[in-house]
Amino acid sequence: MDRFTLEALGLQKSFGGVRAVDQVSFGVRPGEMLALIGPNGAGKSTCFNLLNGHLKPDAGRVKLLGQDITGLAPRRVWKRGVGRTFQITATFGSMTVRENVQLALQSHRGELARIWAPAWRLRGGQADTLLERVGLAGQAKRPCSVLAYGDLKRVELAIALSNNPRLLLMDEPTAGMAPQERVGLMALVAEIARERGMSVLFTEHDMDVVFGHADRVLVLDRGRLIAEGTPDEVRGNALVQEVYLGSGFEPEPEAEAPLEAPEC
Amino acid sequence: MENLLLQGLNGLASASSLFLVASGLTVIFGVTRIVNFAHGSLYMLGAYLAFSIVTSLPRGHAGFWGGVVLAALAVGVIGALLEMLLLRRIYRAPELFQLLATFGVVLVVQDVALLVWGAQDLLGPRAPGLRGSVELLGLRFPLYELVLIGIGPVVLGLLLLLFKRTRWGTLVRAATQDREMVGALGVNQRWLFTSVFFLGSLLAGLAGALQLPRESVNLHMDLATITEVFVVVVVGGLGSLPGAALAALLIGELHAFGILIFPKITLVLVFLVMAVVLVVRPRGLFGKAQVAQAAVASVAEPVLGRAPAQLKWLGFFALVVAVAAPPFLAGDYALIVLTDMAIAVLFAASLHFIMGPGGMASFGHAAYFGIGAYGAALLTKWFAAPMVPALLAAPFCAGLAGVLFGFFCVRLSGVYSAMLTLAFAQIAWSVAFQWVELTGGDNGVLGVWPDPWATKLNFYWLALGCSVMGTLALRRIALSPFGYALRAQRDNTLRAEAIGINAFEMRWVAFVLAAGFAGVAGGLFAFAKGSVFPTALDIPRSVDALLMVLLGGVQTLAGPLLGALAFTGLHEQLVRATDYWRLVLGGVILLLVLAFPQGLAGAVRQWWEGRRHG
Repeated sequence: MDRFTLEALGLQKSFGGVRAVDQVSFGVRPGEMLALIGPNGAGKSTCFNLLNGHLKPDAGRVKLLGQDITGLAPRRVWKRGVGRTFQITATFGSMTVRENVQLALQSHRGELARIWAPAWRLRGGQADTLLERVGLAGQAKRPCSVLAYGDLKRVELAIALSNNPRLLLMDEPTAGMAPQERVGLMALVAEIARERGMSVLFTEHDMDVVFGHADRVLVLDRGRLIAEGTPDEVRGNALVQEVYLGSGFEPEPEAEAPLEAPEC
Repeated sequence: MENLLLQGLNGLASASSLFLVASGLTVIFGVTRIVNFAHGSLYMLGAYLAFSIVTSLPRGHAGFWGGVVLAALAVGVIGALLEMLLLRRIYRAPELFQLLATFGVVLVVQDVALLVWGAQDLLGPRAPGLRGSVELLGLRFPLYELVLIGIGPVVLGLLLLLFKRTRWGTLVRAATQDREMVGALGVNQRWLFTSVFFLGSLLAGLAGALQLPRESVNLHMDLATITEVFVVVVVGGLGSLPGAALAALLIGELHAFGILIFPKITLVLVFLVMAVVLVVRPRGLFGKAQVAQAAVASVAEPVLGRAPAQLKWLGFFALVVAVAAPPFLAGDYALIVLTDMAIAVLFAASLHFIMGPGGMASFGHAAYFGIGAYGAALLTKWFAAPMVPALLAAPFCAGLAGVLFGFFCVRLSGVYSAMLTLAFAQIAWSVAFQWVELTGGDNGVLGVWPDPWATKLNFYWLALGCSVMGTLALRRIALSPFGYALRAQRDNTLRAEAIGINAFEMRWVAFVLAAGFAGVAGGLFAFAKGSVFPTALDIPRSVDALLMVLLGGVQTLAGPLLGALAFTGLHEQLVRATDYWRLVLGGVILLLVLAFPQGLAGAVRQWWEGRRHG
């Protein structure tokens, strides 16, 4: 058993002279919920995109279960056992909820080359099981284009689970949701992660979500990792407080405001 | 040496008028995102109007130049009206519907011109004071051409000034980059779009009017021009004015020197260049990536599903009639029309496969139809192959072409991809046209007769069988895991990639399959007609296929079927009933576009579901 499910080693990425991600190293342990936080522009999204294959790092390596996956295309990263959800939900609007999940399952089983088999006959039962697990059994036959936002997030989750991932990458999983729904969704993710022994790495702005569900927290600021530890350790870290509360840099009437603002 | 200079100047003159038309098209596209097929028709109208005005005004400078300016202004007004009365109503419809609407306009304008000005070529007056020629290095060069050479750069300069120095120009440039942002800033988009259409159409009209002293005015100017101009605009980069200028120069000179250097492949040269440019630079020379056009025209695609039982029975019943009725029909004519319909259905279904589930537009699907037809015909001609093996070979010929052409086309997106398909279709067409030793060129391949057992009736049954099986096969593939993956990359490329779908492979395979099925239709066509001519793969045939698919509606699997039947039936009846069938057909298309923006099948489905729920 590897010590880490996913390992980032000295990741570095610049955009035109700006170091968006600078010498970032960390590991995701098996079965843990790891949150990646930081103020706007700290490099969270860039960091995420280096892990999931959308961007190639200028330097550094990404290892999944001990194997080097640096620079692999996103679809290959997925095939190695990484599921992901997007900040703005991405589903297939011309398909029903069930078909969305079925397709992901078929892709995982290498069945996409079957041009003569009726798709609705394949993996329907497994899709239903997954949909049941995320609480969408009643919506299975509805087109994704008419679903409420919170439900779409759950569809994404079911899609992301369809390759039995060892690691789930969630970019701002609760962005755009009502506070009540946020807690519900993250509680569900945590529960599923525990059942499956799956690791979850997520970025998040809502501190209630972070401190309520993360086992450990990583804090990024201006591309650098400035703190790492349990929620309590991070909460008590002076550097983190300075970064978040500004301590003189920001006007600070409402400490909540910069935390809540979704990152663009 | 002198000869080269002369050719160079000739090239500059063509480049100049090409630029005038192209600049209008590119400005219109930049702001409205509409691929305006009717732009060539506006150019033709400019020439016809100039002819009428100039010949009715007193002779002299004022009469000629006044007439040219008046004609250009009139075309500008026509363009603005077109925008206000037609296109404005369908900006929110899917992109391809706007294309269909502009096709409708092309058809209508063609017949209006025929009605007003008649079928003969019209020779306009020469420009006063510019009849003569100048001496250059001992060679005579027409003075008017020199003036024309000057007009291009002057118009370019004026346009650049307009765009850089005026508030209106700034708005146009801003809208070209990010239309939504301009809307969000409170700019009146309606007025902006109408004025852009006015300017673009005016430029097309001006270019047409200026052709008056150079060449005769005729009814083929529209399509001939629009193809060339599309090439210029796409090579330059859609929406880019300097790009259009550079590309016009390139294409104009290519025409001039191509005749000297490659007389054998003149027709194909331009399209070869376009293909190369698009392969190397997928957005043209100066094209920029668009800021994502979120949600402006995005109508959520409906779920494809298994047809309701009633519809299946209806289809089955129609099929039984189609099989059983023909022996009781009198005469060969009905059988010929029915055979044409069966072939059209398969052809349209194959195009629909890449346009609907695949999400790729093709302006050159006739290539695969034609290659299938030529493949079968040439086998019978050169190897005396019997009908069945020749028919079996047709899809492989077409599929092979699909493997090659598709490899390049499916890498691009949107209009660029569609234009590359057009380029390859034109390359295939010019091979058929210019490789006379193999294909007989314009004289075609004759004597492609069916086997003796295949009487008109038997052949109809064969065509019907192939068409039904082909259409059902395409349907089955569309509903297979592969078909879903294909649709997935259309719906959301990022998400598709994130679940392991290789979009390029899916699109390529789909393209090859569509080409193969089009090839089957082409092979049948060859034996149905007993001959094949280059028209089997020309632009009008590609346009026919597009019309069938768009009429029926891209979003349903039954769409191409209905579209092909409606189009072929209507076309057949109209051609018999009136000389002005284009006018009627175009009018019908415009009405349909305005009334049913989801296509025939979409409208039927909506009516059906409304009845059930309501």
